[in-house]
Amino acid sequence: MKAIVHTWFMVGRQARNLMREPIWIVLLLVQPMIWLLLYGQLFKRVTNLPGGGFGTTSYIEFLAPAIVIMNAFFGATWSGMAMVSDLDRDVIPRFLATPVSRVSLVVSQIVRSALTALIQGIIILVVSLALGVRVHAGVAGWVVVLLAAMLMNSAFAGISQGLALLTRKEATMIAIANFIGLPLFFLSSTLIAFRQMPSWMQELGKFNPVNWGVVASRGVVLPATDWSSVGVHLLLLAGLTVATAAFATWTFRVYQRQL
Amino acid sequence: MDAIVAERLVKRYRDVQALDGVSFRVRAGEVFGLLGPNGAGKSTTVKVLTTLTTPDGGKAEVAGHDVVREPNAVRRSIGYVPQSSGVDRDATGRENLMLQGRVQGMSGRRLRDRVQHLLEQLGIADAADRVVRGYSGGMKRRLDVGLGLVHGPQVLFLDEPTTGLDPEARAAMWDELAVLAREELLTILLTTHYLEEADVLTDRLAIVSRGRVVVEGTAEELKGNLQGEAVVVELVNGAVDDAAAVLRPLEEVAEVTMDGKLLRSRVQDGARAVPPILAALEANGIAVEAVTMHRPSLDDVYLHYTGRDFRAEDEAGGLEEAE
Repeated sequence: MKAIVHTWFMVGRQARNLMREPIWIVLLLVQPMIWLLLYGQLFKRVTNLPGGGFGTTSYIEFLAPAIVIMNAFFGATWSGMAMVSDLDRDVIPRFLATPVSRVSLVVSQIVRSALTALIQGIIILVVSLALGVRVHAGVAGWVVVLLAAMLMNSAFAGISQGLALLTRKEATMIAIANFIGLPLFFLSSTLIAFRQMPSWMQELGKFNPVNWGVVASRGVVLPATDWSSVGVHLLLLAGLTVATAAFATWTFRVYQRQL
Repeated sequence: MDAIVAERLVKRYRDVQALDGVSFRVRAGEVFGLLGPNGAGKSTTVKVLTTLTTPDGGKAEVAGHDVVREPNAVRRSIGYVPQSSGVDRDATGRENLMLQGRVQGMSGRRLRDRVQHLLEQLGIADAADRVVRGYSGGMKRRLDVGLGLVHGPQVLFLDEPTTGLDPEARAAMWDELAVLAREELLTILLTTHYLEEADVLTDRLAIVSRGRVVVEGTAEELKGNLQGEAVVVELVNGAVDDAAAVLRPLEEVAEVTMDGKLLRSRVQDGARAVPPILAALEANGIAVEAVTMHRPSLDDVYLHYTGRDFRAEDEAGGLEEAE
């Protein structure tokens, strides 16, 4: 109970701080739309490729649910930066000398990150509707897309928090984010149908968590939803989230031992 | 009753023996100083007492609770002001205090009133709703102290409270702390590597060197253990050899050393020794520019108990920490 209440206090703190940065709010809202419009135009005609595999003739409908996931994923890879700055400025040690729930210090960072992904996900979906996208599974579809985005984000935010606690250096964090971010992105079917990719990439992609999110969220947007596939991929993401959250709390203990 | 009891605390970080059997007691209501050069083990002692880290050996109690077995009871009874400011710089002063109060279990009107009271007491009420990023060093440090005090703790730990402040802000901070100690009925443990600060602020102090407490007592007691006073005579022309020879036979003078134009002597009682010293010099035609007399400082105390020079040790320790 204390852990939940304290997590809420800590999320509130981070949210208030973010809301004070107008530039950050603009980026938060505008950036996902840039992805949507840019990629949407750039690859507009790929749905006509021989071999198909897109499940729709509208590229924007194919792309929109994946952009929600991509955005959640990239947001997550940066979520550890706030932790690095809290560690740098001795905010964490100051809290550790109080009865604050230890878990809340880490989990609140992940929750804050996931809530950001949720808000951005809603914006992308709304803009997509205006561009003619239809969520074929209806309300349940909306829930799945947003849930997948939050799980996607939490899973990688857990890794990012763990790395922040282990490295405690912004430069290292940036290097690692770039090192894992782009390959995982291109190894997924975000931009292009799996069937159009070399077979070795298709095989590797099956183990790519980014792709799990894309498959689940695209599954409910396009017609003829395969609910068992959606369910399995959501479960995979949930399992990964639990594992990386455990990793993050373990690194927090490592950090405490070094104090 | 003792507010803090530390018994033979031991802590090792890889190849550094940070604490090598630190023991001391702090009585309830007193301001106690841990004085020592950089790297002596002061901050590690504070980390053990505030439950941030666990000792490898020994035992400690704070406000009657064991730091290892009852850490949460200790955390509720203490305030901790870390060495480098622990404030959230992107939040306002008031938000910082409110959140700190909440995690200490306060809420509602009681918390709001307490926060307002502290903001006024610390002289930052005008800046309360501004983001901390824009605060001066002194204001930020006072907010730090406020964060340690929100929940009305019994014991306050201040790790190097005035390091990095300019002399003016430091003096203001000293006044502030003296008032707080009185009004909040606090026991305060502060660490410092300023000898002057320990002298001005503390009721009692312990000198820490290389992970051990070398000596413990009031500043006066420690200085009193060093016999006598120092008399320094500045000579007009550097006829120092003659001058020292002139003073040595005097029975009031214990020890004479020469240092450029300065003739230093250690005496039992300065007021009695100065007239015969001046008379002897005058009788031998040695012109005197100035005479100063000083009681032993904590510098002398440190040198006396550790056999090492405080400043040299401080710089060496600072280098080690930087590595």
